[in-house]
Amino acid sequence: MSDLIHKTAAELAEMLAAGTTTSVEITQAHLDRIAAVDGDLNAFLHVNAAVSLEAAKASDARRAAGAPLSPLDGVPIAIKDVLVTTDMPSTSGSKILEGWMSPYDATVVTKVREAGLVPLGKTNMDEFAMGSSTEHSAYGPTRNPWDLDRIPGGSGGGSAAAVAAFEAPLALGSDTGGSIRQPAHITGTVGVKPTYGGVSRYGAIALASSFDQIGPVTRTVLDSALLHDVIKGHDVHDSTSLKDEWPSFADAVKNADVKGLKIGVIEQLDDEGFQPGVLARFHESLELLKANGAEIVNVSLPSLAHAVAAYYLILPAEASSNLAKFDSVRFGLRVQPEGGGTVEQVMSATREAGFGAEVKRRIILGTYALSAGYYDAYYGSAQKVRTLVQRDFADAFSKVDVLASPTAPTTAWKLGEQLDDPVAMWRGDIATIPANMAGIPGISVPAGLADEDGLPVGIQFLAPAREDARLYNVGGALEALLEQKWGHTLLSQAPELKGGAL
Amino acid sequence: MSDISAEQVRHLANLARIDLSDAEIATMTTELGQIMEAVASVQAVATPDVPATSHPIPLKNVYRPDVVADVIPTDKALASAPEHDGSRFKVSAILGEEQ
Amino acid sequence: MAKAKLMDYDKALELFEPVLGFEVHVELSTKTKMFSAAPNNFGSEPNTNITPTCLGLPGSLPVVNEEAVRYSISLGLALGCEIAESSSFARKNYFYPDLAKNYQISQFDEPIAINGNVEVELPNGRIIQVDIERAHMEEDAGKLTHVGGSTGRIQGAEYSLVDYNRAGVPLVEIVTRMIEGAEHDAPELAKAYVATIRDIVLALGISDAKMERGNLRCDANVSLRPRGSDKLGTRTETKNVNSLRSVERAVRYEIQRQAQILSEGGTIIQETRHWHEDTGATSAGRPKSDADDYRYFPEPDLLPVVPDPALIEELRAALPEKPAERRRRLKAEWGFTDLEFQDVVNSGLLNEITETVAAGATPQAARKWWTGEIARLANAAEGDAGIDITPAQVAELQQLVDEGTLTDRLARQVLEAVAAGEGSPREIVETKGLAVVSDDGALIAAIDEALSAQPDVLEKIKDGKVQAAGAVIGAVMKAMQGKADAARVRELVLERAAAL
Repeated sequence: MSDLIHKTAAELAEMLAAGTTTSVEITQAHLDRIAAVDGDLNAFLHVNAAVSLEAAKASDARRAAGAPLSPLDGVPIAIKDVLVTTDMPSTSGSKILEGWMSPYDATVVTKVREAGLVPLGKTNMDEFAMGSSTEHSAYGPTRNPWDLDRIPGGSGGGSAAAVAAFEAPLALGSDTGGSIRQPAHITGTVGVKPTYGGVSRYGAIALASSFDQIGPVTRTVLDSALLHDVIKGHDVHDSTSLKDEWPSFADAVKNADVKGLKIGVIEQLDDEGFQPGVLARFHESLELLKANGAEIVNVSLPSLAHAVAAYYLILPAEASSNLAKFDSVRFGLRVQPEGGGTVEQVMSATREAGFGAEVKRRIILGTYALSAGYYDAYYGSAQKVRTLVQRDFADAFSKVDVLASPTAPTTAWKLGEQLDDPVAMWRGDIATIPANMAGIPGISVPAGLADEDGLPVGIQFLAPAREDARLYNVGGALEALLEQKWGHTLLSQAPELKGGAL
Repeated sequence: MSDISAEQVRHLANLARIDLSDAEIATMTTELGQIMEAVASVQAVATPDVPATSHPIPLKNVYRPDVVADVIPTDKALASAPEHDGSRFKVSAILGEEQ
Repeated sequence: MAKAKLMDYDKALELFEPVLGFEVHVELSTKTKMFSAAPNNFGSEPNTNITPTCLGLPGSLPVVNEEAVRYSISLGLALGCEIAESSSFARKNYFYPDLAKNYQISQFDEPIAINGNVEVELPNGRIIQVDIERAHMEEDAGKLTHVGGSTGRIQGAEYSLVDYNRAGVPLVEIVTRMIEGAEHDAPELAKAYVATIRDIVLALGISDAKMERGNLRCDANVSLRPRGSDKLGTRTETKNVNSLRSVERAVRYEIQRQAQILSEGGTIIQETRHWHEDTGATSAGRPKSDADDYRYFPEPDLLPVVPDPALIEELRAALPEKPAERRRRLKAEWGFTDLEFQDVVNSGLLNEITETVAAGATPQAARKWWTGEIARLANAAEGDAGIDITPAQVAELQQLVDEGTLTDRLARQVLEAVAAGEGSPREIVETKGLAVVSDDGALIAAIDEALSAQPDVLEKIKDGKVQAAGAVIGAVMKAMQGKADAARVRELVLERAAAL
């Protein structure tokens, strides 16, 4: 029974198709796992077993009738709390939305429901996805399954930890500056940020609209591809959603082959700013790819030096506006100042009490960057840097098929270690942010464990916009080569979670 | 440019409708100064010849047909309101003018 | 509220030159809202025309209404504007409970239409060119109801209620350039300008343009420049002006108010002022300050509007005639004198006369009916349900006159019956038997009777005193209850007298 939780989504789909298990069994096994270990992890903010089992039952009925909705019909999935759901509260990790029930489902949630997947619950995250450690959740931090004293990455630490700890085979995440890829790197899982517009943002509580993208969080590249195949595609509710016909990403993984593939190593992301163990695994992976027919070349993207600075101007600016809707009028928290007050005072008191320190900091920063007299110097300049970053990528992709870098400079740090310095944590996003600046897709694939601390390390691949399939090709190929070399999956090396550790 | 005063932060907090405490204003004044220093480098490369980019993927003319859809019933909309009168959202008295 | 001290209007104009500017908001009559698929209906139950997007719910996104873009382009073209090759949306950030997202999606540095002009004709016949700086697309806010307190106004209210039905309704804001040289006519120009915009959007069929419903809203900017000075004065922006008459009154009031302050050595504060219909005065609102830091930035959720040149040409070709051009054309076609035409324009009867002419009447006949008898009936009926006479009925009535079925007097009688809803002119002639008696036999019988009753008159006629016939004609007309053609009766009287 409990072995069901260690199966990949692809394996579960096969078992369901063969009739060797049921969705109810699978769902129950994962609910049991959550009940056993999530007290230690705090990966989930909300689980409703009854609702999940109801959905599982319906899935089994479809299978019995020979009418599954998709190959993944009946497979459980965890949903990052940034996505709105009608049957579970949606908080985006914030007190200001505590208990809020959306009257509509996010498009990706509708799509996974329509494919028959079984939502298990909502996963923890940094408040409004602002953070790289999930410590900025208003509902307490999520802990890393590899070491409960360490952070799981962020902002999607909940989704990554849930998948890494076998609480769910699949999860949905959102990636604004690395919030899918960096937690994947930190937890030894796979995370994909699709091309901007490749997956609908409708119903994803916006952080920075021009960066946000929804994507899969899984344990294998194939599972990410399978989930991506479910959620991709045009949505009339999202003006920035692309109308492209997408190829099958699952097929890209199944036919993975790097022979003749030109891989560019980003010089600016291959230096002493990265932990030695991170760099070591990165170069090993490249060697392996090279040994199997890939061509490795160095490329330079000089504008990346300014990408993080530009990102931390554009993001707060857009966020300060996106978060203005949390005003206590139509939904969410309302705080009455002592002795009543005008609506202005009620709004200000609510936002003071309802937002955490990091959110307030970014709203003030964004307000500043947009305010009269500063716009050109800050926001305007940052938008120009964005042009330069895009040009650098266009130039690089004229020479290579994909780009590679370590996903993040370090392995998981200890809880609380970087909380005091608002700028330090941002440096951790140096490798992931450029993809969001340019709207291009990126994947993080487990590359091994760092020698110095035995913690997971990821490798990131980037492809030109609309070429997400290239990521599944190179990611799938590398995953197979590494597992062949190791003789096991990376996650099989994680310490066993028994529950009740805390 | 990064010399930010507490008064400025107070003004920004007012624009952003966040009733920051004095302690928060003090902390944020320092932090904002540090952050702005850290991001000021963008100005050096943002020369006049570089156009600004607002959207990562250039698209245009994305429209919706003029057809009704997506309407949510009043009771569902009011269900999560802090206060309502059965058909409208209720708020405290407004200090300012009609905008 | 105490009414401010006002300078005599003529005196004010002696000392100062008024400079005007207008921002007119037009609500488009699309089926759905600007950025969401919620119905765009007036008068629905509160919070029934709402979607996640117009409520600004977390995760919701805007998508542009294609029809609203077409309407906006048509309006831009009708205002003589250039349509921007590329225009874009921006967020205007400010907190207010009727603004669901606490930012308004508007257009800032790239409006859809720029550099136009409209010809505004004043009641005195003067024509003034008003230059249009820009017309841009944006979304309306929701509706606040202030409860408690004595006034029902915002001040003193205990709480407010918000209805988001109007939130997101498509608007086009039309901004003029500074208008100088209107002089004494400034208030009339204000009214005529807004009326012109109203006529344009009605002709385009893109707005219901009812000011009382807020479909059309005008903010009037007024400043005064001392005679002999080339320095512009500080301007005020008067909002909440909900009728054409109020636009005129508000501008006149501001001119008089500002003139009084300036002549006393005071200064005008740059501020928003509110027009109060009941007191006929404006009151001070919010002074312009750095609270107006709207932090505009490009709306990341929406893409640029880059209209296909073919679409622009298609919409241009479909434009109705400009009101001013149409007036010129009609005046020439109808051959009215200046006075006659001005009378028609001022009475707002252009459409009625056009349609009556189209239904077969001559322009002069149509004009006489509409500005004469029908206007009299309408005035008399004022306050009641009004009168309901169609151009086709007027044309039919005139045809009855032309073919001799009705005399003018009878026709007036028929018209009254039409106004009373008794049927078409022909039906009324039929049912009431109001037609002229054209049967000579009946007339001759009546004439013979009258002549025999007045033998002295017969003698006089026979003696050649033809004017004596009048007495007989009168008697015959009376006998025929007016349903005879007096000229024919006269002919017959003379014939019979000669024969007897």
